[in-house]
Amino acid sequence: MIAQPLPPAIGPEFEARVEVDGSSRAVVVLFWGTSLLWLTVASLAGIISSIKLHSPDFLGGIEWLTFGRIRAVHWDTAIYGFGGLAASGTLLWLQARLCQVRLPYRNLLLVGGVVFNIGILLGVIGILMGQSTGVETLEFPLWAMPLLVVPYVFIVIANFTMYFKKVTKHTYVSQWYLMAVTVWFPILVLSAEACTNLGAVDGVAQAIANWWYGHNVVGLFATPTGIAAAYYLIPKVIGKPIHSYHLSLLGFWSNAIFYNWAGTHHLTGGPLPAWTITLGVVGSLMMFIPVITIGINHHMTMLGSFHLLKTSPTLRFAVMGSMVYTLSSFQGSLEALRSHQEVTHFTHYTIGHVHFGMYGFFAPLMFAMMYYGMPRLMDQEWSSARLIRIHFWCTLVGMLIYVFAMCYAGIRQGLMMNDPAVPFLNIVRFTIPYLGLRTLGGVILLSGTIAFLINFIRIITPHKYTWATPTLLDSERDWRKVVAKEKEQ
Amino acid sequence: MSRTFILALGIFLTIASSITGLVIIPNWQFKALQPIVKLDGTRYPEPYFGEQAKGREIYINQGCIYCHTQQVRMKGYGADIRRGWGTRRSVPRDYLMDRPHQLGTMRTGPDLASIGARQPSAEWHALHLYNPQITSPGSVMPRFEYFFREVYDGEVIPNDAVKIPRGRQASNATHIVPTDRGRAVIAYLKRLNQSYPLPEANQ
Repeated sequence: MIAQPLPPAIGPEFEARVEVDGSSRAVVVLFWGTSLLWLTVASLAGIISSIKLHSPDFLGGIEWLTFGRIRAVHWDTAIYGFGGLAASGTLLWLQARLCQVRLPYRNLLLVGGVVFNIGILLGVIGILMGQSTGVETLEFPLWAMPLLVVPYVFIVIANFTMYFKKVTKHTYVSQWYLMAVTVWFPILVLSAEACTNLGAVDGVAQAIANWWYGHNVVGLFATPTGIAAAYYLIPKVIGKPIHSYHLSLLGFWSNAIFYNWAGTHHLTGGPLPAWTITLGVVGSLMMFIPVITIGINHHMTMLGSFHLLKTSPTLRFAVMGSMVYTLSSFQGSLEALRSHQEVTHFTHYTIGHVHFGMYGFFAPLMFAMMYYGMPRLMDQEWSSARLIRIHFWCTLVGMLIYVFAMCYAGIRQGLMMNDPAVPFLNIVRFTIPYLGLRTLGGVILLSGTIAFLINFIRIITPHKYTWATPTLLDSERDWRKVVAKEKEQ
Repeated sequence: MSRTFILALGIFLTIASSITGLVIIPNWQFKALQPIVKLDGTRYPEPYFGEQAKGREIYINQGCIYCHTQQVRMKGYGADIRRGWGTRRSVPRDYLMDRPHQLGTMRTGPDLASIGARQPSAEWHALHLYNPQITSPGSVMPRFEYFFREVYDGEVIPNDAVKIPRGRQASNATHIVPTDRGRAVIAYLKRLNQSYPLPEANQ
């Protein structure tokens, strides 16, 4: 019989951990759960935008669903809704665990989580109604921004409080990254809003501020959280320490120093002083240092434990994320070169790269975090191994189709665009089959998300029975079967 | 405690240095930049007034930026000038009046930095916005039919109506009349023009 009550807790260390996890349960489940709802919204908006690019009459003539609005909704819900909430949930849970302290200000954080969600919802409605600010990645109307910023201040305060009260003597590498995120993100948002929408700087300097932010919101918010998750999960699941402490130190500081400067490569060829672009290119190329060091640290830790990928859902997503981190970062650094940008700058290639990073690296690491964390928070296991397998393969296959279609089409599109003999509309026609393939990739990704969502809803619903051991990928465990069997008896 | 302080300070300094180097210094470098006085006494660039300003707002809230850039790259880097998207490269002075900037990073559609010079006809813009297939068959641009009022067969045709070419009429509508918003967008698009030869663009 597979269904049986959990064994009693063993040892004081286990009990302390249960207490820490218990303190963060409501807050973290709220953040992670709503992040998945936003991921679903973002995917739907993405699929609608994608369809509109190969079949422009799809939902045509409806102003609030016009491409330029639904496209903005797609990215903003992906980065703030999914990214913001998933990363913040991860930050709070990990920091509490690594500091071995109970999560402080729980009620404040719960209210903050709700307000943050309302802020995104209102921002989305604002964009659909035509109140976008017109600054990419900062499209939410200004009146919605306090609803995002104030809750984040609560998170920053909670993070520092935990850090100063920490019981553990040393600081784990994941904690550096989490600390960095809490310092960077509020500064990023506030200074970028000040420089663009509030008009502190003018003209093309505003464009630099825009892309300083647009690049850093991925690099200084999503990326460090993803790296923190990988640093935590890989050693945890396989039971081996990180390969090298010194490398993680080098990786952290070189990442912190160089990523900041990389953003201006988004304006290569634009009306800016050449030195600003050069700084961006140099910053991007220097990123090889942190990427290689972090890559060595993650992959060398994994060496000899690859057989565990067959069974552990957490490890499978975490390793997918850390491998794509290496690959997509290499791609990104090379992409910044002027000769590369001459071809791919204004094309779908960039879109392919963003999705490689966000859906190949960041999202899988957040999924891994949830696969690892939720059973510990809820005291019950994932109810279906099959749904986890569906989720994994949809994520991997959908992402690969998407990235291949966009990167290949982007290169061809760029080469044709640089040949004035090719009429522009021929280029548009050429891309259409690949845009169709992208829609397919998007639908596969959404199917995976829905499988995950079902599993997630089941794990937060109280069950009568649960399993004593983790749900592994090679098991046929399915909660419905248990219920059916019980009914028979 | 002191190690925490060093960690937090270091993290803060990384971001403070990049915004200083990349945003504040270039902004200071361009502080003195002014519009140029042309030979006929007018200035370039001029502020956006009336319909043009309203049209720019609509350009922003429809999200045109996600498919159209407004920046021409220099000769020899890409084929922007050879494609006829501009006569010279874009320079910071071209954007003095642009708040927020609409440089864009994607060319699903062509560059619009000088669309007003390339397509000076209001009729062309009206038909193109109403249904891009009329002027550009195969385009994936959305139809902005909500910027127009359709005039059907037998109705009185207003003076500012634009005739839909024969064979391109999807319904019984024979003409379209731009609404206030339609006129504003067209006024904005017709104004986009970077052909004035700024001296720094030749350097």
